[in-house]
Amino acid sequence: MADMAETTETGGRTEAHSAMASSIRLGFLLVGLAALAVAPAFLYPVFLMKLLCFALFACAFNLLIGYTGLLSFGHAAFFGGAAYFTAHAVKEWHWTPELGVLFGVFGAAVLGLVIGFFAIRRQGIYFAMITLALSQMFYFFCLQAEFTKGEDGIQGVPRGHLFGLVDLSVSTNMYYFTLAVFVIGLLIIWRFVNSPFGMILKSIRENEQRAVSLGYSVQYYKLGAFVMSAALAGLAGGVKALVFQFATLTDVTWQMSGEVILMTLLGGIGTLIGPVFGAGLVVTLQNYLATSDFPVTIVTGVVFMACVLLFRRGVVGEFYASRLGRRLGFEHRR
Amino acid sequence: MTTIFGIPLQAFLGQLLIGLINGSFYALLSLGLAVIFGLLRVINFAHGAQYMLGAFVALLLLQYLGVNYWLALLIAPLVVGLFGALIERTMLSRLYDLDPLYGLLFTFGLALTIEGTFRYLYGAAGQPYSVPPSLAGGTNLGFMFLPNYRGWVVVVSLVACLGTWLLIEKTKLGSYLRAATENTVLVQAFGINVPLLLTLTYGLGAALAAFAGVLAAPIYQVSPLMGTNLIIVVFAVVVVGGMGSILGAIVTGYMLGIAEGLTKVFYPEASNIVIFVIMAIVLLLRPAGLFGKDA
Repeated sequence: MADMAETTETGGRTEAHSAMASSIRLGFLLVGLAALAVAPAFLYPVFLMKLLCFALFACAFNLLIGYTGLLSFGHAAFFGGAAYFTAHAVKEWHWTPELGVLFGVFGAAVLGLVIGFFAIRRQGIYFAMITLALSQMFYFFCLQAEFTKGEDGIQGVPRGHLFGLVDLSVSTNMYYFTLAVFVIGLLIIWRFVNSPFGMILKSIRENEQRAVSLGYSVQYYKLGAFVMSAALAGLAGGVKALVFQFATLTDVTWQMSGEVILMTLLGGIGTLIGPVFGAGLVVTLQNYLATSDFPVTIVTGVVFMACVLLFRRGVVGEFYASRLGRRLGFEHRR
Repeated sequence: MTTIFGIPLQAFLGQLLIGLINGSFYALLSLGLAVIFGLLRVINFAHGAQYMLGAFVALLLLQYLGVNYWLALLIAPLVVGLFGALIERTMLSRLYDLDPLYGLLFTFGLALTIEGTFRYLYGAAGQPYSVPPSLAGGTNLGFMFLPNYRGWVVVVSLVACLGTWLLIEKTKLGSYLRAATENTVLVQAFGINVPLLLTLTYGLGAALAAFAGVLAAPIYQVSPLMGTNLIIVVFAVVVVGGMGSILGAIVTGYMLGIAEGLTKVFYPEASNIVIFVIMAIVLLLRPAGLFGKDA
């Protein structure tokens, strides 16, 4: 697993270079945020909100593979599951949107705890297959359960008033709510990755035996990371249910689990900003192809194969590893 | 009327037969996965797509060239096996030095591409493939009515499973294969062409999947999505059985098929998920799988 998400310090990296890299990063971040803040004036807000939801979803997924080295093939269960929970809480119980989203996050975390409990018993390829199988089980549950309304899904979910005050049915308000959730989500991930907990996760990724011999209960840390990743995926899913005002089976299928892997792989596994890029590329591509009759699946599949064969580090990862990226002082991965 | 556990005997045996049929496909497919994984260390996500390809090749051969079922049973695995070998040679072989997860991701992309293409060309709806005339009809066994074709599927898949097992355990080629699984470098040093062996293995695995696909064509409808939904269940079967042994993959396949069939009798709502539940229980009690050697 190690080579999938390894971050190695370059030999000749100087302090000055690293400072340059982080100021570039900061500058990029500020420009990006500014662009997102004014974007609804230029682009269709629902498209932007979809993009933000998937970007957060991909970042949540990346938390697991990029920083713990676990490839989950079942993250759709958390994303789509939270969409169902939020939609149900808001529509049937008339909860306010923020409570509905929190309920979705909570549900996804519980689901993550259950699936994670079984999945962390195996590693590598088996871990991927187990998460896939269990999320497929959840799919069948959603197909048959009463509250998900089967093939129709939960339709006509009201967006409601945020804290009982701000009317989210106004597109602009909903957009800034989504943006706020996205930024908060990224901050949580950033904090988590740079916390002592995150450091221990990285050590497990690099050398699990050694982490064990240092006295860490590796299984607890893995489960903790899994639940965290599931909860954040749930945050994205819950907001998505409010944005589109429905929750359907599409979001819990294995295709969705594959999609989020593609976004992360395409953008750059183990980079903080890569999954956002990847999500942007995939969502834009889907939007573009939606108007033609050419099936998205073929394109997704080909991009997947090309990614694995040609640029495994992803767009952002390859940039970091390129000559320019290294000269600017970015850490590059092997 | 005779009953067993309060269920009419007819219904019971009927579901048992369906379970046995599903089990045959689980066994054939998980066997192929195990053979490929054993040597290549790749989980072949495209296995479901190759199964679907087998069924489609048979259907297209019939529609355009009028080739009958029996010939298709030979040609389709050959075609898909060659296709698999080509993919292995040109692309998959570049990934052997990397983490095994890349193999999984690559074959996942391959599966999406193949399925997407067939959905684009032939639509998502299933198309019927009729049972060959010599196997039409059924036999009255006294206690139940057995459609001949289903009996044939159970017998021939058992033969195919045992044949593969014998090929790997008892022949010279199989001994090369097993040796290469143990220690690739050493086997290569003895002058055996390991890359060719890898290509052959992947081709064989793909051909097995296609063979299962042709067998399945008259039972299930031939549709682009018939493979992937099945392969996820087969993954669960593989986790339950462990990929350590060929025989283990076969036995687990049949066992879980029958367990699924019986669940349909006693608690139909759970029949979709029973294999996943069994997988979860096995993970709790014996994480390495029933026949697994690795932890």
